[in-house]
Amino acid sequence: MSSRRARSVEKKKKIKQYRVLLIMLIPAMIYYIIFHYLPMYGVLLAFKDFKITEGILGSPWAGLRHFEKIMNDTYFFTVLKNTIIISLYKLVFGFPVPIIFALLLSEISNVKFKKMVQTVSYLPHFISWVVLAGIFFTLFSLDGPINGIVKMFGGDPMLFLADDRYFRTILVVTSIFQGFGWGSIIYFAAISSIDPQLYEAAVLDGASRFKRMVYISIPMLAPVIAIMLILSMSGILDAGFDQIFNMYNVKVYNVSDIIDTYVYRKGLIEMNYSYATAVGLFKSVVALILIVIVNQTVKWIGGKEHAIW
Amino acid sequence: MINVKKSTGDKIIDGFLYLILLGIVVITLYPFWTQVIISLDGGGADSAAYSSGIILLPTQFSFESYKLAFKFDALWLGYWNTILRTMLGVILSIFFTSITAYPLAKRDLPFNRTFTSFVLFTMLFAGGTIPSYLLIKELQLLNTIWSLVIPGMISAFNVLIMRNFFRSIPEELEDSARVDGAGYVRIFTQIVIPISKPVLATIALWVGVGHWNAWFDSLIYISDPNKQVLQIVLRKIIIQNSMADINSVIQNIGKTTEFSGRQLQATVVMFSIIPMLIVYPFIQKYFVKGVMVGAVKG
Repeated sequence: MSSRRARSVEKKKKIKQYRVLLIMLIPAMIYYIIFHYLPMYGVLLAFKDFKITEGILGSPWAGLRHFEKIMNDTYFFTVLKNTIIISLYKLVFGFPVPIIFALLLSEISNVKFKKMVQTVSYLPHFISWVVLAGIFFTLFSLDGPINGIVKMFGGDPMLFLADDRYFRTILVVTSIFQGFGWGSIIYFAAISSIDPQLYEAAVLDGASRFKRMVYISIPMLAPVIAIMLILSMSGILDAGFDQIFNMYNVKVYNVSDIIDTYVYRKGLIEMNYSYATAVGLFKSVVALILIVIVNQTVKWIGGKEHAIW
Repeated sequence: MINVKKSTGDKIIDGFLYLILLGIVVITLYPFWTQVIISLDGGGADSAAYSSGIILLPTQFSFESYKLAFKFDALWLGYWNTILRTMLGVILSIFFTSITAYPLAKRDLPFNRTFTSFVLFTMLFAGGTIPSYLLIKELQLLNTIWSLVIPGMISAFNVLIMRNFFRSIPEELEDSARVDGAGYVRIFTQIVIPISKPVLATIALWVGVGHWNAWFDSLIYISDPNKQVLQIVLRKIIIQNSMADINSVIQNIGKTTEFSGRQLQATVVMFSIIPMLIVYPFIQKYFVKGVMVGAVKG
């Protein structure tokens, strides 16, 4: 009893001591409640029949009707399939590129050249997808450079961006273009932290450059690679709204419409607020579950210090 | 690395490496180069804007399309709105992120774990587009600059990075100030903030570029054309290929024939990326520093 009292007295003393700091936190707490927690409470919409005049609270309950509708919506499954396929493609083809790029560049000893290549490679990351999409429209247009190459090899020019056979490939390639340099930073950091003595010893043992890469660089990178891979799994339902929304068109909806673009059209264009919220909630819940699984896996593989919590 | 004489085999491999990396540089820059060329070409019907295939140089230089774009009011309005939101956004973000991160950096702050979890949980789960939209609408923020600046003001990730940086400041520094009678506010403003310039600059840059390139919030929250940001103006011309917009520009100037829509589009693209290209080489290393800081968890 007395120890509990002592503790509470101490707590009070501490609160007094840290009073100013606690006051500093107030704006942030208000901000988070209003702009992050209120929208979370807004997912109630998914269980209501939203009437704009009644507000979220006043609208009648709909139970799970919107979720039943999702399950009966064949187009939703197309959208879900597209989301997973596009993001898996991006993962499979896009994930190794920054690693290979970092390994190749680490073999270069000319510092100036290295810096130049790095600087250029980060550049696309800083350009918005609105502008990048515009640039790709030019590149893939009927008389653009890509079709120029096609013609050079005797092919017929085609409308790549309106063709559902090529659209996903283009999404993947252009997203690699935009992200590989930026993504490689973490691997550069990992490579530069490898003890140079390891390489020196390997050279004395007569290991070739290739062998040094295979037996020193790659194994030393493995933990970082594993963690980056696992972390990217939690974003498997994020196929890249910014990119797709700016690049797609009606002709390729069947292969490129993803959950996020569907929510945008259903909700904000067709004003189907409740249904769109239900679709969005479905995505958020799956993402949350994935993050928890991923965090546990990272803890298990990489140790506690790499996990998010 | 080490000074070992390079064998011929090594030199050949080196040659290939340089070639591959140079290829990557060319491929990365070429898409931007096409825009430069198309926007600068004054060759009329023979211009690069109409020619097909791989373009390397303009048939003849002309700044006509730039002159045209200069008179495009919507573009300047967009610029202005973007600059405004970027400045406001950066100032507010830095201010509120730092006063949030500083208390959380104190390990024995009462309820520290509760507050931290409260902030970090927003990284894991969000209400989604529709509830956020309805909230902004309910708060009467639609069509105001606040709808672009406030919702993302204190990013949990930035709080985390700043908190870790504050924790790396030696405690003795603050302790000595406290002995001299300085309160937390004084310590924060006169000691912590001045030595935290690197992390503040990095986060300011991240937030700044984020605002510069942002378009989706403006698309859904702003319907007044006079308040749209640059990226939305670009979207109208480039993505939606709004011929009405393009023609109105061309007609305004009284020129009709020499300009293709594509040339104007390329010019507009250049307009938005030139400021970025100018500052980019100077600020790039700070971004990288920030990623490194973020990668090291405290």
